[in-house]
Amino acid sequence: MSAMRATEGTSETEARALVPGTSARADEHGTAPLDYWSMLFVFVLATFIGLGVIRRVSRLLHTPLMSLTNAISAIAVVGAILVAGGDYPLAIRVLGAIALFASVTNIVSGFLITDRMLKMFKDPRQGAKK
Amino acid sequence: MIASLVQLAYVVGTVLFVLSLAWMSDPKSARRGVTAGVAGMALAILATWIQPTVVNHLWIIVPIALGVAVGVPLSRVPITAVPQRTALSHAFGGLAAGLVGTAKYYLWVGEGPENLTKFRVGAIVLEVILGFLTFTGSLMAAGKLQGLRWIPQRPVTYPLQNATNLVLLAFAAVLGVLLVLSPTAPLAAWAFPVIIALALAFGVLLIIPIGGADMPTVISILNSYAGLSAVAMGFVLDNKLLITAGALDGSSGLILSIIMCKAMNRSFTNVLFGAFGQVQAAATTGEAKAYKEETIEGAAQAMEQASLVVIVPGYGMAVAQAQHKIRELAGELKKRGVAVKFAIHPVAGRMPGHMNVLLAEADVPYTDLVEMDDVNSDMPQCDVCLVVGANDVVNPAARHDKSTPIYGMPIIDADKAKMVFAIKRGKAPGFAGIDNELYFQDKTFMLFGDAKNVIGDLVKQFTGGGMH
Repeated sequence: MSAMRATEGTSETEARALVPGTSARADEHGTAPLDYWSMLFVFVLATFIGLGVIRRVSRLLHTPLMSLTNAISAIAVVGAILVAGGDYPLAIRVLGAIALFASVTNIVSGFLITDRMLKMFKDPRQGAKK
Repeated sequence: MIASLVQLAYVVGTVLFVLSLAWMSDPKSARRGVTAGVAGMALAILATWIQPTVVNHLWIIVPIALGVAVGVPLSRVPITAVPQRTALSHAFGGLAAGLVGTAKYYLWVGEGPENLTKFRVGAIVLEVILGFLTFTGSLMAAGKLQGLRWIPQRPVTYPLQNATNLVLLAFAAVLGVLLVLSPTAPLAAWAFPVIIALALAFGVLLIIPIGGADMPTVISILNSYAGLSAVAMGFVLDNKLLITAGALDGSSGLILSIIMCKAMNRSFTNVLFGAFGQVQAAATTGEAKAYKEETIEGAAQAMEQASLVVIVPGYGMAVAQAQHKIRELAGELKKRGVAVKFAIHPVAGRMPGHMNVLLAEADVPYTDLVEMDDVNSDMPQCDVCLVVGANDVVNPAARHDKSTPIYGMPIIDADKAKMVFAIKRGKAPGFAGIDNELYFQDKTFMLFGDAKNVIGDLVKQFTGGGMH
């Protein structure tokens, strides 16, 4: 619940910071103060959710879990797209493009190999059970 | 309008990521988890792409195409190579975070120094340090796991190693603090690259003293770092999807590292700063004791007469690629009414869950894979325990011998079985360089040879008409 509230409360600030390549337009809005606290809230709550959820992951699946979280943490792709696709100096975009390449590699190989591994886990009783 | 859509997509993405991990609690629902993850990621990418500041589409399409071109083959590596692929993807994750942090820093230095608030600069420094140390550290780990010749396999230690590492890290931290205090001061021009260089060096130095047996823990810690660097990126970009997804990854790595550390009775600091190598010299001084050997025929006979056979796989099974032969052996035994279980130690192999995936690949049903804690109560009833390429995880010395580096580590009680067969490639001690007491018990018999061949020969005893 409180995570939701935190998200709603700051959506405006966040949207403002996300949309522009920030610097140029920051002036029009006045320099929007970053909402550190709600970010910290989100981080802390997400960590607890993560701990709760991961604790219940079957030990059988720890290897696929790791490749799945690998793929999910390639969410860095969001930052990479903003940097590579923005109207920025060449050097900056090159850094973004390399980051984008690395993230997409992780996304693609992470999800594919997770699925490939999960397919291998077979329960002989599956037919009988369900 | 677009901004709200983007935020909505991010919220849905967060939900999908949490569900994705929640569904991993059971092998039956796990594949749904992948679908949810893919959907969440696709949504996040699209939502980011449609933002009006993203104007250079070619700059996005080309890297994505290249990423797909590299990612697809990377997902098809043999299952035995999964640990190094995982390490490699941690490296990529760290690299991406480090590069985005660097790009943002220079962008703001050049175009909008007013954006360089203390909070942001702090987050950037954290992102860059975590990202780049994860990059080189994971590359080293991947190289070690792959067995690259120019990367030392054995732990490399030298005097004042920890002190050196800590000084490096402290130096980077001090520079970071200076940057936070005055992001655009003249010193910033060189401080930032120096921080990057220190982080890169620190990653290498952190991993070289770490041996193969500690890899499961190290991979988990690097997993956590990769996640945390994404969190830091979220702070920099003021993006809550990055923060939540990164935090999920970070906590996953944290839990796995804790499980791995507990399974070795060691602490984080001990794994990272107390190289196994230091104890090695002391541990190998023991006199060579005599092994008792058993013939393939004898071993097969004993297994056929057993009512419960417990197989303990270790990294040696992965090296020898023996998992398929093991499944055949288990199948033959089951046909003869013998119950077969696989006892899986949490740190067996080179990454968490390594043995489970290998055996699942060989079509062993996951219901036969039993965790250490659950199998140990059955061990006294076990007629034959077959140890395949596992060593330290079955060494009873862990219970009582304070001089061994594995003292206190929970083990699979193979020594409580009525009879033990251990397959071992050669007569040298195991990875940690410790003699295994199990091998010298009265009821233990050795089967020397490559695990795949030995088990293949055992299978032949059952199928080749040698027995009835």
